[in-house]
Order: sequence, then C-alpha cells, then structure tokens
Amino acid sequence: MAKKVALIQGNEACAHAAIYAGCKFFGGYPITPSTEVAEVMSIELPKVGGKFIQMEDEIAAMASVIGAALTGVKALTATSGPGVSLKQELIGYACIAETPCVIVNVMRGGPSTGMPTGPGQSDVMQARWGTHGDHAAIALVPASCQEIFSETVRAFNLAEKFRMPVQVLFDEIVGHMRERVEFPEPGELEVIDRTAPNVPPAEYKPYDASKGDVPPLASFGSGYKFHVTGLNKAADGFPTTKAELVDAEERRQISKVTDHVDEIEKNEEYMTEDAEVVIWAYGSTARSARYAVNELRKSGIKAGLFRPLTLWPFPEKRTAALAKQAKAIVVAEMNLGQMIYEVERVAKGACNVVGEFRVDGEPINPGQIMDKVKEVL
Amino acid sequence: MAYDYEKSIRPGKLPHIWCPGCGHGIVMKGLIRAMDSCNLDREKTSIVSGIGCASRLPGYMDACTLHTAHGRAAAFATGVKMANPDMTVIVCGGDGDGTAIGGNHFIHACRRNIDMTYVIMNNYIYGMTGGQFSPCTPTGHKASTTPYGNPDPIFDISKLAIGSGATFVARTTAFHATQIDKLIAEGIKHKGMAVIEVLDDCPTTYGRRNKFRSVVDMMKRLKEVAVPVQAAAKMTAEQLEGKVLTGVLYKEDKPEYCEMYQKVIERAQGSAS
Repeated sequence: MAKKVALIQGNEACAHAAIYAGCKFFGGYPITPSTEVAEVMSIELPKVGGKFIQMEDEIAAMASVIGAALTGVKALTATSGPGVSLKQELIGYACIAETPCVIVNVMRGGPSTGMPTGPGQSDVMQARWGTHGDHAAIALVPASCQEIFSETVRAFNLAEKFRMPVQVLFDEIVGHMRERVEFPEPGELEVIDRTAPNVPPAEYKPYDASKGDVPPLASFGSGYKFHVTGLNKAADGFPTTKAELVDAEERRQISKVTDHVDEIEKNEEYMTEDAEVVIWAYGSTARSARYAVNELRKSGIKAGLFRPLTLWPFPEKRTAALAKQAKAIVVAEMNLGQMIYEVERVAKGACNVVGEFRVDGEPINPGQIMDKVKEVL
Repeated sequence: MAYDYEKSIRPGKLPHIWCPGCGHGIVMKGLIRAMDSCNLDREKTSIVSGIGCASRLPGYMDACTLHTAHGRAAAFATGVKMANPDMTVIVCGGDGDGTAIGGNHFIHACRRNIDMTYVIMNNYIYGMTGGQFSPCTPTGHKASTTPYGNPDPIFDISKLAIGSGATFVARTTAFHATQIDKLIAEGIKHKGMAVIEVLDDCPTTYGRRNKFRSVVDMMKRLKEVAVPVQAAAKMTAEQLEGKVLTGVLYKEDKPEYCEMYQKVIERAQGSAS
C-alpha cells in the first residue's frame, strides 16, 4: 500500500510527528510563527485520546507539560523566541527534575517582539544557555518539512532516553514552507519510551545514579510515591545541600549528555571531502548554502557544506576536523553571529572563520554566500 | 482522640522547617485528617506546591509530591490532573506564591473549574524570603519592604476565587483547627475547583513587625476576626466591620474541566470514525 503523502507546512508536519512519536499531551500558548503546531495538535490529540490544553500563558504551558510528563505521558509544547524566554525558568526545572518533554521553537527575529512573521535563527544560544545554572542541552535543527517530521520523532526519543527537555528549533521559513511530506508507517521510525523502574515502590529512588546515568522514571499514579523538586536533591529526590551530593548530581546530569554525544549527534556533509571552503549552515540557511556549493563547484571552486542536525551538543569533532582541512569556514546564519563563536572556539585558529549574517527578515540567499566564499579565498 | 499522623508522613522527613508558632503545621495536620477521612489512596494522590514556607508541605507527605517553581503550582497541577484525571490533586501554598507571582495561574485554574483542591495558607507575608509584603498584607501594616506601612490594598483570596469561577470556596483560620480538615475534606469530595483559604500566622516575619507580642496574640486575633457565615447573616454591616467570614462561602455544581474535555475526545473520535 502506498504511503500517506501530503503537501503540508513544517509546523503541521511537526504536530503529526509528535502524534507518531506517541505524544499524548500538548500544553501551549499561541505565538506566531508556531501556532499551526498547536492548532493541528488540538485536532489530532483528542482523536488518539490525548489531551490538548491552551494555558493562560507561556510559563503555565511549560508547567503543564512538566506536570503531565510526570504522569508518564509524552508531552509537547510549541512556541517562538519570546515564549521560550518566558519558559526558561521551567526549562531549567525540567533539567534538574529530569523530566522528559519536547519544546518546539519556531524561530523569528528578536530581541523582544522583533519580527513575529519574519524568519530568524535568533534562539540558538537561548536553546543552549536559556535557563540559569549549569545544565546539558539537546537541540535539533531540521531544514525541511520531511526532516521536521523525523527530527521531531527523534526529539521525543532523546527526551525519553535521556530524561530531559529537548528542543527542536526551526526557522519560520521551514515552519511555514509547504512541502511534500511522506508519513512513515508505524514502526518505520524508531519510537523510544522512557525506562520504568523494576524495583518495588518502597525501594524506588528517582535519581539513583547506581541505576546508570539516566535512572528509571516512575509515573505519578502508577503505584510509586516519590518527591520531585527543583531544589538540588539527593538520589531519593529530597532536597540536599550536601556539597558532594550536589556536585555529583550536577555533573551526572551534564555527563549523561556529554558521555553520549555519538548517540545524539547527527550531521550532514555535502562535498566536504576535498573542500577548501566549508559553509557551516543550519535550517533554511543550509538550503541556500547547498545551492551555493553546487554553483561554486561549477565555477571550479572547491566548496562544501557542513550542516548540523544536532546543534547542541555542538558538533565539535567534525567542525574541528573540517577547520584543519579547509582554508576557510563560512558560517551563514540569520542572526548577527551566534554559532560562529562555537565554530571559532573549536577551530582554534586552524583556518579562517568568517560569518555571513542577515537579520532583516529576508532569507540568506545563495548569491550572498557565494560572494562571501569568493571574498575569503 | 488519638490519631496516627505518622502513617501519612514520610519516614525520616521530620522535623519540619517551620518556625515555632507557625500555623502551617496545623494546616498539615488538617490536610492529613482530611485525606484520611476521604480514604484517599496516596499512590493516586498528587500534592503540588510552589515556593515558600507553605510550599514545603508536600515534602513531608507520603504521596506523589511535586514541589515546583515559585507561583506555578496550579499550572503544574493542571498538567498532572489533565494528563491523569484518575489522580486526586491537592495544591498547597502561601498567599504570595498563589496570588502574586501565581495569580494568573490561580484565577485560570478557578475559571476552568478543574477538579483540584487548592489549600492556600494566607499568613499575610512572604515568610521564606524574610518578611516582604504580599498582596494580602493588610494596608498600613509593616513588612521588611514596607517600613513606613503598606500602601497597597489587599486581595480577598476567597472573593478572588469565587469571582474567577471556583465552584467550592471556603475559609477558616489556623485557630479553628478542627474546621480545617472538615473544609478540606469537603473540597476534596467536591467535583471541580475547590479553594480553601486558611488564615494563618507568621510570628517570625509578620507578627514581630506588627506588634503581636506573642503567638498567642496572633491566634487570639484569628479567633476574634472570624465570623461564621451563618452568624454573619444576622449581623449588621457595622458589626461586621473588620471581621472575616468563615465556613463554606460558595458552592455550585458546574461541569468539571476534565469531564468537559472527555466530551471533546468523544466528539473527535466520533468524527474520525
């Protein structure tokens, strides 16, 4: 039987992917350009017995998602830059309480209200550091509607596997672009569920590191009584200020990601084997960059594209290797320079790193990237 | 009557952090008795709180407990209840947490009439941060951030709850200890949003700044200002000046939020088939 195929927006693909991944709860607050995610979830969730709730504000939306996730369901919220800013405190809560959930951020310009209907890639650093304190971050950056589908499913898998919030960032261009999307059959994409405890309720400790970097998570209502708090806590979930316990917990929560980068990292490389200039781009910008690579190759310039799908944790190994191989890396992004600092950090001066930026609400076009490449060669 | 409170308290979690003379412990006793009288299965009971002295209550209780961020308890609790309507959800917190930073979540939980019981301990002050004024600090009274007397008018939490759509609203005080468990139990049994405001005392950060020389003085004041609604019906406006009505202030049967959403599910699944 032929697969279901539809011409849909990226935002719509995101919602359908969430359902595919087994999402049963959406708590949201309307904000452009992410609203279609909520709208499709309001249609689709009740059909599968899931719950959709439009909360009174962005903070409440994030709170409801964490509360729902603790009852054992997969939970999603979708928002845009200013909404993520409001959610920041509770994203930190989800980190410290190790609660799996997915936050979709359809990026627009900024700061503040910025350009609500214009595209931007302004939240890539907010996705990394957008809460107080030290914490790990996982953020995925799809570049097409089909990829939004697969990366949203992957985001749920990573959230469940590592017991933490995972962000999916796509710019407004990809969110509102309509493309042909092939719906995978059930079972075609891997769907991971969190590990439930196998100890009797009386012995259960929600943060017991002896059970591994990612201890099993019980569900409220499943027979396990336990305590969840945003305070630094011991293995049993209760607050502690004991230096050694706090230190070990903080480090474990970060190392559960840094020790598994290979499982989380996903990149695409195009004509980088012999590239003298590597264009480092993500999201819709990477589509312009790919076009630029083809055009540059026609004129004999050895250009290549490095496109991260996992933006956080940062793709350090491949970026460093490409910096050693190439004469220059051109970082193209719809902000005035955010990921370029990370590229510079890992390039360690091995090659020239230059940026091609744009914040006027227009996409970065291939011509601009080609001009920059010619300029640096 | 001898009563075994320990069976409801997590082993090893006492002593609590509350100051001598604080009324929060009286409220916790009331909550334990109320939960017992409702025969709640504590494995299916979630007690949710925000931040502050009162919000430390869930940590002592043997149940599925969730100590969240400042002001956000009602929003977390909404997620818990919506995702698993089989759970009994109880929210505990103070006046600052619930009506200042959490004011928006409080009124919207009331508006939805979602089935939870919100026990709000109103001690007129931010205790944990050292006695700054809250939306419930009486006008003219002193707090660490109102050294010349509080210029702000107050929120009447119970009226706020009624006006926002809560379908069970009751008030009592820490002095009226035996009424606390009865009202909380009634709130738990009520299908919909139940708000139980307990006027409480904070001798450490409110009392000492406002000429209550002892905890007994504060308790006496709670006793004196409280007027049961039935008695108030026979009193004049003059007699009621400065008094606070106690008992069940409002009760209404209205569709509950999770039940309403179940109908949405049925409509969606009907249209899909």
